[in-house]
Amino acid sequence: MASRAYLAGALLFLAAAAAGPLVPDWVASIVTIAFANALVVLGLVVLWRVGLVSFGQALYYCLGAYSVALIARWTGLTDAFMLVMFGGIGAGLVAVLVGFLLARYREIFFAMLSLALSMILYGVLVKTESLGSTDGFTVLTPTFLGYAPHGKELGLMLYWLTLAVDAIAAVLVGLYFRSVAGALAAPIRDNEIRVEFLGVSVSSIIHTKVVIAGILGGLGGALAAMAIGHVDPAMAYWTTSGGFVFVTVLAGSGYVAAAFIGSLVFEAVRSFAVDVMPQLWQMTLGSVLLLTILFLPEGLGSLVSRLRRRGEVKAP
Amino acid sequence: MTAAMTDAKPILAVRDLEKTFGSLVAARDINVSVPQHQTVGVIGANGAGKTTFINMITGHLTPSKGTILFEDKDITGKPSREITWLGISRSFQVAQIFPTLTVFENMCIATAIAHRKPGLFGNLTTPARSPGTTSAAEAAIDLFQIGRYRDVTANALPQGVRKLLDIGMAVAGSPRLLLLDEPTSGISIEEKFDLMNVVMSALKTRAITVLFVEHDMEIVARFADRVLAFYDGTVIADGTAHETLDNPKVQELISGVRLKAPGGAHA
Repeated sequence: MASRAYLAGALLFLAAAAAGPLVPDWVASIVTIAFANALVVLGLVVLWRVGLVSFGQALYYCLGAYSVALIARWTGLTDAFMLVMFGGIGAGLVAVLVGFLLARYREIFFAMLSLALSMILYGVLVKTESLGSTDGFTVLTPTFLGYAPHGKELGLMLYWLTLAVDAIAAVLVGLYFRSVAGALAAPIRDNEIRVEFLGVSVSSIIHTKVVIAGILGGLGGALAAMAIGHVDPAMAYWTTSGGFVFVTVLAGSGYVAAAFIGSLVFEAVRSFAVDVMPQLWQMTLGSVLLLTILFLPEGLGSLVSRLRRRGEVKAP
Repeated sequence: MTAAMTDAKPILAVRDLEKTFGSLVAARDINVSVPQHQTVGVIGANGAGKTTFINMITGHLTPSKGTILFEDKDITGKPSREITWLGISRSFQVAQIFPTLTVFENMCIATAIAHRKPGLFGNLTTPARSPGTTSAAEAAIDLFQIGRYRDVTANALPQGVRKLLDIGMAVAGSPRLLLLDEPTSGISIEEKFDLMNVVMSALKTRAITVLFVEHDMEIVARFADRVLAFYDGTVIADGTAHETLDNPKVQELISGVRLKAPGGAHA
């Protein structure tokens, strides 16, 4: 079953990569942003499985983005592969530190503490005039192992880079979900005492999840910074975090792929709504979320399990 | 001390154990030595210190005073997960299971943890399901005779099955000492003996030393090699089941007076 999921994922990945040059620029650019954000959502899915919601995941998103922008600005390093890695590492290191605190909290306290931490970063960035305060600043155009594309080619390279990072993240998170640490998500959500008495430190498992989500958030932010070409403190603002939680609810926590599909659907609906009803696009998104919660409480991912169950019933 | 208590090397040795909560003394002056492969019953009224005693051995509570030696290693005040790792497991008065998972999934988690390499690295690199862990889970389900509930979600299980699952999960880590906190609480009188038969025969096949807290004196008399009687935070009687249950102090304070002598004040 797992191998079939990997095969389907690999085929989708190749199809998406091949479709890159064929679709209009604006589509590729929306999909790049959607797939960069999907990494943040995947991190939220990791947390959600253990029953935790972070309303401050934009902290890592913004850290990844600013890491890329600042490293490029200060050192002149523009290699996209290196920058993405540094974005992930930078956010991951902060997550390691923050995790010592966060791993002790659950439920609303975890959510609010995450929110508070992200708003601290927002406040600091807004007050830092050397970094452009609320306006932020421009990210240097990235290069790819010495290749320095522009215009359509640049967009395409970033699209492929995002796909590649997504594919690696999806495989690794898939492996993580099958490890003892990953499989302990539901047990910890159910009964922490039993997990401790089976000999596992619950806080170390949760700390790991915070770090994984942080790294994914940083990678997403790094890719988004390069794709947008600009960073500003709004990337750490609570509405940004709220957007990620929105997509997580839309996607559900059942499957790794759901994070990517959810993120894609979200960006598509948002672009469509902004285009058709510029004044009411938030209402459209709100209605979509409402319908999701009412009819697909376990997210878009649950459509897959529904289909599968129907298939099983039909099979004699 | 009787012969039954001294002929083997102690697996657990507790010295001068004390636990206070503010001015409340929950346990005091507990000195107990348990040899390997013994089945020890622990009796006492509510609040006598039985669960406090078990909680201190399993690291759920840190003793205020005294030492606990397990296989000659000092485990006093160590966190519960480390103590589990060293070879002591426990079950709970209220079964501690994972309510949204099935019996099989519950057991698989327990066997996966037992099969992993230690530490964070082990948690991340050991697959949760492997032929080894699933077959160990199936074996444990068979051993505790809960096979017909294999695919039932744990929150829908009858009380007795919950208890068996809880104990089965505690045994998955191959402990050498198992502490059962009231394994038959919440179970109807007719089912108690069957449940204890299943548990005790399962534990015998694994050669586990057992300490169990129990209120039903008939169960204690039937299954315990040795009985500790707790009263007011300390052990007031320690001997074979027969000796402890016939102790007049135990009868007066714990099991109730057996009206052997007619014409007494209570008649």
